[in-house]
Amino acid sequence: MFSRAYKTLVTIPPLAWVALFLLTPYALMFCYSFWSVSSLQIIVHSWNLENYRQLLQRPVYWETLLRSMWIAARVMMFSLLLGYPLAYFLSFYGGKRKDLLYQMVIIPLWVSYLVRAYAWKTILGSDGVLNGLLQYTHLTRHPLEFFLYSPFAVVLTLTHIYTPFAFLPIYAALEHIPRNLIEASHDLGATPAQTFGKVIFPLSIPGVLAGATFAFVLSLGDFLAPLLLGGPSGIMISNIVVSLFGAAYNWPLGAAISLCMLLVVVSLLFFSERLEKKWSFS
Amino acid sequence: MSNRTGSRSRWLTGYAFAVFAFLYLPILVLIVYSFNGEGVGGFPPHHLTLDWYQTLFGDGAIWDSVLNSLEVALAAMLIALAFGVPAALALDRAQFPGKALFRRLVLLPLILPGIITGLSLLMLFDLMRVKLSLLTITLGHGTALISVATTEIFAGLQKLDRAQEEASLDLGANYWQTFWRVTVPNLKLPIIGAALLIFTLSMDEIAVSFFLIGRDNTLPLEIWGRLRRGITPEINAISTIIFFFSLVAIVVWYRLRTKAEGNVAVGEELVETAG
Repeated sequence: MFSRAYKTLVTIPPLAWVALFLLTPYALMFCYSFWSVSSLQIIVHSWNLENYRQLLQRPVYWETLLRSMWIAARVMMFSLLLGYPLAYFLSFYGGKRKDLLYQMVIIPLWVSYLVRAYAWKTILGSDGVLNGLLQYTHLTRHPLEFFLYSPFAVVLTLTHIYTPFAFLPIYAALEHIPRNLIEASHDLGATPAQTFGKVIFPLSIPGVLAGATFAFVLSLGDFLAPLLLGGPSGIMISNIVVSLFGAAYNWPLGAAISLCMLLVVVSLLFFSERLEKKWSFS
Repeated sequence: MSNRTGSRSRWLTGYAFAVFAFLYLPILVLIVYSFNGEGVGGFPPHHLTLDWYQTLFGDGAIWDSVLNSLEVALAAMLIALAFGVPAALALDRAQFPGKALFRRLVLLPLILPGIITGLSLLMLFDLMRVKLSLLTITLGHGTALISVATTEIFAGLQKLDRAQEEASLDLGANYWQTFWRVTVPNLKLPIIGAALLIFTLSMDEIAVSFFLIGRDNTLPLEIWGRLRRGITPEINAISTIIFFFSLVAIVVWYRLRTKAEGNVAVGEELVETAG
């Protein structure tokens, strides 16, 4: 129905734009990771594996990567623990207020990232709201310092930010479960727990996988929450990248680390897609 | 049996409300403390005041950054739509080599941490010797948010009745006329919805902007700079204002969305994107 010209006209401009502003930059990042910086702080376009050797040899890099993955894993777990029951509640017990409740979940999702991270800082700080409350109720006499500037603060804040992200795909998956399947399960004598374990949960797995992937990937690459709330022990891999692109001025090494991060992310997407296909209900 | 179901649902209701409390607590704290005479922190808040709003309104740097952000968001919205609409049409209607790769590439910024998009663009601009400025931020936002435009409009196209376009072509309208008189009017709601979403996301974006910033700050970067220096209560005031603006934008967007295609679509796209 649509002519060749029409198809070309709608295809070429976005294709060109994406090639210039997405594909080329990613390719450039790949190239940079094999270059180096001279002693005069000039980027030398000579190809070698020096950056990758440093990554393997200097434990600070891969230890931080592992620590970041551990933080991201905790964020993912907590987001699922909060997001799944919430989605389940909305989908099966939401009733007439379903629409309103749904909006209430997505509102925090689009409310400024920075604003929310900052709010946690005002809550957790040594002269913050939580310490004020503890002293006001005479539970503690002196402000407790350990809430803020710790991995705990980072995990808490990122969980707050990514719980709605985990919620959305799970909710979508639950909403898609044909309700007569659940009735059939009840009619055939399954207890509610069995219905959940054998019907509802397996059918919601694609949503869980998507939600988990989002929470993990987005928190893995975060560098603002650790800067704002993490302190020295809450530094994540992206913070190292930021410093390499800034004061430390070693773009090639920074590019190599980013590429490793990209590799983790893309392989995760790949696996979650494979798993999703396996569990998809069709 | 029904008793046990009842207690189960009570537990679940309680849990769900606890999660809601967790989601809204920080926002509530922020709003309350924007009126707190003692500034941020301490409990309970007292000496309610509008002083911080007054400080805020007298603060030129903040308002400059708000204007910058509005400019960036508007331009980024236009870029994202200008390329996102054809991209959705192409994905819906054309077959070309590398289509699957193209689809993935367009959607990638939606799932990729902002630092990777930001840094890779920084390298590109550095290579092209483009000086960092609001323009580079705009290009970054526009490019990253094509993903949002594409998913929203692609979803709209799936529900579009092809017969109308066919009729228009059969009756002698050319493709250009058909596009503006049939396709676009039918996609009005998804386009407005996408525009609103892109605008809001750009206004708030910081991870990509962080690397592409020149001399002029956007609002989130201005706030970021102040946060690094310490907690200042006028940030609570501006955050409260931002919150209410995003609230309005999101509720309008959601209404448009449900009007256009029923409920669950947001999550569905995320599932598709991750996959």
